[in-house]
Amino acid sequence: MAKFFAVTIIAIAILSAIPILRHTWWMAEDISTHGAPIDEQMSETMAEAGISFLASQFILAFFIWKFSNPKPGDKVKNFPGGAKAMVWAAVLLVGTEVLALGVFGVKAWANVYFTPPAADAMPIQVQAGQFAFYFRYPGPDGKFGPIHPDHISEATQNFYGLDTDHDPDSKDDIVTAQMAVPVNREIHLFMHTKDVGHSFFVPELRVQQDFVPGLDLSLHFTATKIGKYEIVCTQLCGLGHYNMKAYLSVMSQQDFDNWLKQQAALQ
Amino acid sequence: MHDMAKHDAAAHHAPTSFIGKHVFSLDHKVIGKQYYGLALLAALVGMGLSWLMRIHLGWTNLAIPGLHLLTKNGAPGNVMTPEFYLQLMTMHATIMVFFVLTTAPFAAFGNYFLPIQVGAEDMPFPHFNMMSFWVTFVAFLVLVSSFFVGQGPTLGGWTQYAPLSALGEVGGPGEGTGVVLWAASIGIFCIGQLLGSLNFITTTLDMRTRGMSLWRLPLSAWAWFITSCMGLTAFAVLMPACILLILDHVAGTSFFVSSNIVINDQLQPHSGGSTLLWQHLFWFFGHPEVYIAIVPGMGIVSHVLITNMRKPMLSHRVLIYSMGALAVLSYMVYGHHMFVSGMNPVSALAFSFPTLVITIPSTIVVLIWLGSLYGAKLRINTASLFGLGFISMFISGGVSGFFLAQPSTDIMLHATYFVVGHFHLVMGVAAMFGIFAGTYFWFPKMFGRMMNESLGKAHFWLSFVGAYAVFMPFHYLGMAGNVRRYQAFTPDYMQRLIPLHQFITVAALVTGAAQLIFLYNLIHSRFRGEPASDNPWQATSLEWSTPTTPPPHNNFGDKLPEVFHDPYQYGVEGAAGDYVMQTSPEKITTGHDEA
Repeated sequence: MAKFFAVTIIAIAILSAIPILRHTWWMAEDISTHGAPIDEQMSETMAEAGISFLASQFILAFFIWKFSNPKPGDKVKNFPGGAKAMVWAAVLLVGTEVLALGVFGVKAWANVYFTPPAADAMPIQVQAGQFAFYFRYPGPDGKFGPIHPDHISEATQNFYGLDTDHDPDSKDDIVTAQMAVPVNREIHLFMHTKDVGHSFFVPELRVQQDFVPGLDLSLHFTATKIGKYEIVCTQLCGLGHYNMKAYLSVMSQQDFDNWLKQQAALQ
Repeated sequence: MHDMAKHDAAAHHAPTSFIGKHVFSLDHKVIGKQYYGLALLAALVGMGLSWLMRIHLGWTNLAIPGLHLLTKNGAPGNVMTPEFYLQLMTMHATIMVFFVLTTAPFAAFGNYFLPIQVGAEDMPFPHFNMMSFWVTFVAFLVLVSSFFVGQGPTLGGWTQYAPLSALGEVGGPGEGTGVVLWAASIGIFCIGQLLGSLNFITTTLDMRTRGMSLWRLPLSAWAWFITSCMGLTAFAVLMPACILLILDHVAGTSFFVSSNIVINDQLQPHSGGSTLLWQHLFWFFGHPEVYIAIVPGMGIVSHVLITNMRKPMLSHRVLIYSMGALAVLSYMVYGHHMFVSGMNPVSALAFSFPTLVITIPSTIVVLIWLGSLYGAKLRINTASLFGLGFISMFISGGVSGFFLAQPSTDIMLHATYFVVGHFHLVMGVAAMFGIFAGTYFWFPKMFGRMMNESLGKAHFWLSFVGAYAVFMPFHYLGMAGNVRRYQAFTPDYMQRLIPLHQFITVAALVTGAAQLIFLYNLIHSRFRGEPASDNPWQATSLEWSTPTTPPPHNNFGDKLPEVFHDPYQYGVEGAAGDYVMQTSPEKITTGHDEA
């Protein structure tokens, strides 16, 4: 039975690794300018974790195979290096792994979070709420009008609580249910929620960021490939959480300008 | 330490009434069995809930016969509503994490065996001990009662992130009374854990018998001791957090709710609270909780494997230091749950580093186990199979931690099924395997009968292969961006993942059904099992030196044992064969004494 167990462990380890090696189910294609180091980090981590996984399972299986069902006269033996060898192996192998991953990982993270957006990045606002995203473009004046939470009304479709009668900056603001951005243009996304916690996840863009009640957060990214992608909520926000999604259309500058004009006409 | 133990024993006579013996018992062994029974009941409920969830995830519109019995509005035509799915999910997780993974390996086995392994007649505070079980039982009833009150249980997940959890019914079904009952239940549960931890710590430090130095304690006792130190500090943070959450509901406070929240076009009457405060408090408890669930398993599995390898671990002390390091580091890593939470991105790096470092003591533990297998005389029985299975699961669940420890890769994997796969393997399945290893190993001592080995092995094989079939694919789903806590996969890119979900559902139903073999074995062997000898595994620690099996009320009869050796004197030539018991006064020339 021990030998069968050993073979089972090895079979499971190999079978588990195959879909990973073949990328049967894998991350969506990266369409961001900052995503490459994240993907690289993912691959490096996968290599290191994969080797640790396979090596440990194989050793476990091999020792189970070799040291079970002893004969009556057998004596127990000790691993030649003793515990010291194990501690050193763990400290050196994993320590190096940890340092390497830690140091390179910082670069990938810093790329996203410690690099400020360019001064001419295009501002877009996103508001999350149970269970939809709404986007706001500042219009020709380049300014977002102030939000009045007590004016927010789904009934009158005033999703942002704008007061166009009194706030001149709000007059030309464009609020949409889907998001569009021009390709290869940096976007500065200002995020807030009107109710509970939500999250903004676009796998292709390599961004995921929570919305936090009471906090104004921001993200910046540049999409490099024209197409239609999905924005999904990843923070449990209530019964409609699974259905809280929107589309992100990455367009040529001209298509985007036309789209924005159409949206402005609909306001 | 003897005086105290003796003094306590004098006030601690064997009860004669049924209630004193089996219900409000002061005997740590009975309390341990009560905890085990509660964990078993909770595990069956939790598993039942997971079956319902899995069926729904595979076939969303399928009617599940009888589902309406569990809910007032959650299953029209026996088809699960989105909110009812979330309610089942929340209850599954809460029941499993608190009432199974914390209760069985720590409170159940710890209660039964810690006092015996240190050589004491009981715990130092038997009334606290009894109370700890009964408040835990009440906590369970309070939690389950939420199925039958108002709009049902909370749907906010076991993490109960604010402000969803703090706003009341306006946040969604079950977010009012459901949350209050959840928070009350967990608050009460914390009291039980605090009382239990106090008892465990005092038992370990003050109740050891003559000759039982700290280094002579078995690894299981060390694991329970380390876990109780974690429990004392972690639950002490969760309890006030739960109280504050309840106050946000019933006293009009706003600890966790910020200003300007609009729901249903209504500005909510809250201001000034902090959403992230809840996350910090919760995860300061939540991450140590992961180790509270797994460290006892490490101790139990080490204890079981040593007996079945017929040799001690490469180093007793290195294992103890490593478990201690895990406990200390577990408080410094909790921020990795919050990388994309809006917390300062510099903090993400600060939390990432200790999270990566914690893999070092984990790896040391694994390598010590593997290195100790070298040259062993390994006995294959159900207990050792589950012990070895534990190691395999712990490795598989551990390596995925590398991805979640780094903020940059976490961007892609946070809140996906990758996380679900990771924690189910490392703290769910591994901890369950620890419980199973402990059960098959200690059952003869607890009930005086052996468990059926053939049924045990069938249980093992189905569980081992089944658990991998269920939880390995979770990682693939996560890599493909499958978000967790969805009751249906409506985004276009998740559609192609549904067949994989259906595969998982089938695997989960089969693996779950295999647990019924265990249940049958447990009940059948309790009454019909082969009678067990005092020391059926030829083991060395004190639980195998009791004058009777199961042990008498005061564990050791008239005289407390005296200890002469380290706990694991295997592979030496002793009077009894290849082992020398801790209580044996015989001199050993080839021993492993480290103390």
